[in-house]
Amino acid sequence: MEVREELKYTATHEWVKDLGDGVYEIGITDFAQSELGDIVFVNLPEVGDEVVKEEAFGDIESVKAVSDIYSPFSATVCEINEEVADGAEAINNTPYEAWLIRVENVTDSVELLDAQQYQEVCEHE
Amino acid sequence: MSVIFELSKANRRCAVFPDRGVHQYKLSDGHVRKNLELPEVAEVDLVRHYMGLSRKAFGVDNGFYPLGSCTMKYNPKINEEVAALEGFNEIHPLQPASTVKGALKALKQLQDALCDLTGMDAMTLKPAAGAHGEFTGMQIIRKYFVSNGMPERNEVIIPDSAHGTNPASAAMNGLKVVAVKSNENGGVDLESLQAAVGEHTAALMLTNPNTLGLFDENIQEITRIVHEAGGLCYYDGANLNAVMGLVRPGDIGFDVIHLNLHKTFATPHGGGGPGSGPVGCKSFLAKHLPEPVIGENGFENSEDSIGSVRSFYCNFLVCMKALTYIKVMGADGLKLASENAVLNANYLLHKIKDIYDVSYDRVCMHEFVLSLQRLKDETGVSAKDVAKALLDFEIHPPTMYFPLIVHEALMFEPTETESRETLDRCAEVLRHLHGLAYSDPEYFKGVPHSTVVSQCDEVRAARNPVLRYEKDTEASA
Amino acid sequence: MSKYIVNSSEEQQEMLDELGCASFAELFRKAGVLGAPQLSIPEGVTEFEAYRDMAALAAENHVFKHVFRGAGSYKHFIPSAVKNIVSRNEFVTAYTPYQAEVSQGILQGIFEYQSMMCELTGMDVSNASVYDGGTAAAEAVMMCVDRKHHKILLSRGINPEYRKVVHTYHQFSDSIEIEEFGTDFEVDSNTAGVFVQYPDFFGNIPDLVKIKEKAGDAKLVVIANPTALGLLEAPGKLGADIVVGEGQQLGMPMSFGGPYLGFMCAKEKLVRQLPGRIVGQTVDKDGKTCYTLTLQAREQHIRREKASSSICSNEALCAFTAAVYLAAVGPKGLYDVADTSFQLAHYLADRLNEIGLSVVNKGEFFNEFVTECPIDSKELMKHLYEKDILGGLLLSNNRILWCATEVNTKEEIDWLVDVIREVL
Repeated sequence: MEVREELKYTATHEWVKDLGDGVYEIGITDFAQSELGDIVFVNLPEVGDEVVKEEAFGDIESVKAVSDIYSPFSATVCEINEEVADGAEAINNTPYEAWLIRVENVTDSVELLDAQQYQEVCEHE
Repeated sequence: MSVIFELSKANRRCAVFPDRGVHQYKLSDGHVRKNLELPEVAEVDLVRHYMGLSRKAFGVDNGFYPLGSCTMKYNPKINEEVAALEGFNEIHPLQPASTVKGALKALKQLQDALCDLTGMDAMTLKPAAGAHGEFTGMQIIRKYFVSNGMPERNEVIIPDSAHGTNPASAAMNGLKVVAVKSNENGGVDLESLQAAVGEHTAALMLTNPNTLGLFDENIQEITRIVHEAGGLCYYDGANLNAVMGLVRPGDIGFDVIHLNLHKTFATPHGGGGPGSGPVGCKSFLAKHLPEPVIGENGFENSEDSIGSVRSFYCNFLVCMKALTYIKVMGADGLKLASENAVLNANYLLHKIKDIYDVSYDRVCMHEFVLSLQRLKDETGVSAKDVAKALLDFEIHPPTMYFPLIVHEALMFEPTETESRETLDRCAEVLRHLHGLAYSDPEYFKGVPHSTVVSQCDEVRAARNPVLRYEKDTEASA
Repeated sequence: MSKYIVNSSEEQQEMLDELGCASFAELFRKAGVLGAPQLSIPEGVTEFEAYRDMAALAAENHVFKHVFRGAGSYKHFIPSAVKNIVSRNEFVTAYTPYQAEVSQGILQGIFEYQSMMCELTGMDVSNASVYDGGTAAAEAVMMCVDRKHHKILLSRGINPEYRKVVHTYHQFSDSIEIEEFGTDFEVDSNTAGVFVQYPDFFGNIPDLVKIKEKAGDAKLVVIANPTALGLLEAPGKLGADIVVGEGQQLGMPMSFGGPYLGFMCAKEKLVRQLPGRIVGQTVDKDGKTCYTLTLQAREQHIRREKASSSICSNEALCAFTAAVYLAAVGPKGLYDVADTSFQLAHYLADRLNEIGLSVVNKGEFFNEFVTECPIDSKELMKHLYEKDILGGLLLSNNRILWCATEVNTKEEIDWLVDVIREVL
């Protein structure tokens, strides 16, 4: 299982990348994708939608399960990854490249974990 | 095997219709259809195609079908013959009541029998399936609280072992779902229930025996807690086959109930339907039943009804099959059916529980749940592997991975219409597979080995959905 | 013994003994069940007696020889091959095809059904059925609404039975608003869908292209009569986003209202909003084409309270029947059924007009139409009943909704007109 040093994480298995200028990219971790198994579809919000800290902003479907994706921020969606929306298997193949949404205007945030702290979270699951 | 479109040849005909000699009327061009590509086949093409499909289907009439929570009992053939009677088949739903007296009488008889059997005061036969019954029941409960000035009662408490239809039916009516945990005996945890009820409680939705096949010994205490908190108790009748003539939900505190005629009352499942999901209730809720209800003079409407949950009255032919079944069985036969359903489940369990782990080791009702977690840990062979391997022995797999609270779950419901030899053989096969898991786990890699197809690629089906036939396109990669 | 219970009472006792129980009472006591209620259901009877009893009830219903009533349930001819095929026990006694390996026959049958319904309606995707026409319309509401659009406009041309179901289904929703309209409607930014019936309850054929233009970004939901689609242009070609309806006409008898068939078809982009089961084509481990239930993460057994519908059991055998019927009649047969119904209905309309039951419909209609009735319509109906005729449906004291299908004949219509004339 891969955890990338340069990223931040949530305890609910999302990763966050700071793109600068107040824009953040959000995806799900390698651990999350492997737990879910073969991902077949992802439901994402639309550009301009408000997401709320700790609330689900979308969900991910595998053949036999569906899991919510939680937002680490209260913010505005400024971009969604159309490629992943059209081909969700990218999340299985390259979870850290297959970002889901980008957000801006962050007004609130959960306490993000660093790579080491996140590693510990996974070990306890 | 070809899809029927591929058998099509221009100008082949099966059914031909008489010329009525009227041709002078014309539809304007804008409305006229230009093209319709349905298959063109001769009758013998048609019949052979579908006979081919029938050889690739498996019903109760093909073999043992211990599919937990689905009550796949034998479907008596007399019921089909009754449903095919012209006097039932060829009547229009909007005929005057005076010309359908027999139908109304029959429906009334069925309602009365189901009330008697469940301890309810009123019954509607309107819902078309179990989940539709749940939906209707939730509407009745919601209507009751809204019309009594308590719209804030909008929470439904549902155990974590419940069928998915329960939370979905509640949510469709704007009700919030509150999950409660099961206790170590598989029953409702009384403390969790006590903590969950309150001024927002509309109802508790409960299956009893529960989805582990266990009768909740605290049932009276459970319904009392809910009633004291001001809520109503809803009984999911999915498992009524365990308690006919033995326990009446209305006697143990339930206010609303749905039944599944296609489970308990031996009407066939038809590959997924049509079913029928009557809803019963206590008298104080009767005025909320969906319209119309059958009164002394045929159909009647109540001002306080929730409205209508489907067109016309009910899945009438399914109801006629169930009524025939009830007449043949009678009070004595229905009780005997439940007794034997419970006996058969315990007998099968008894024959395998020394090697398989039972989720909760108690005398079960009409079904039981095994947990194959230990087998999986020790051999790598999963519940799904064992279930699929049963197909090579012409046994339909049990329900897999349900209820969600049991790991590697296999749920068996043999029903009362199976012989001791069938149960013995199933036990032998299960023991054989258990041995194989340890001696030759590789065997399970390709199961089932004998079926026309094996291990369909569900991931591919979901990622690249091919949901209809299209000319000149193939499913192949 | 018997009662469909296989083991003899001796065998039952032996099995009880093996479990260490002296009796059923002891077995149930150990399972936590005490006592047993007294039932008033009579004791069981033999099949012979039960059949006689049921046949007597059936005989108390009157099967009309001449039917001119539709309004959502139609008498059509059902080919024998259809009845024969769909009564095969492998289909009738199977459960939902969750185990694809032993359910290829049913899965392929449903896949073929989906394909035919898509072709008929001009849509891209179809589900495997819902309960009936009314619930199909109610479920289509959920396919239209989203976070930004909550209002549904229902045409009063829709069968009142269906409209009632739509209202009932969504009466406890916090967000969905349902409004009815007569001849015209206005959409706004909150409008999620516009629902019309094609042909409508009164037989009229609405101009779907015009309605779609007016509906703009709101989804156009067409409740279609599948028989009519043998003759009428597919709604999908005229702008429909979703086509749903009642499929009883496709091989199912009227049977006092059920079981029938709710069909639901849609444009491809709405596939994940479709409720209920869907069959997809895929391959097995050897690369062989096969079929399986798919996109299941939409459904209640996975999504639980977040599922848009709780439907589990549907009307699978009815869907299968519709597919066998469509294959049996083929494109030409369906055209003949539709055209003959259309021709006879127009002939009936002309003849009724002649004798003073003037036709109300202004534009084109299919196989149903409304007439005025110059006398008390209840009296007229009573007179018809006496002649073994189920006349049109009374919409009010002086309006009647008539219907003709291919099972009627020209001579029968001429005779009907003579019978009516007797009381005018």
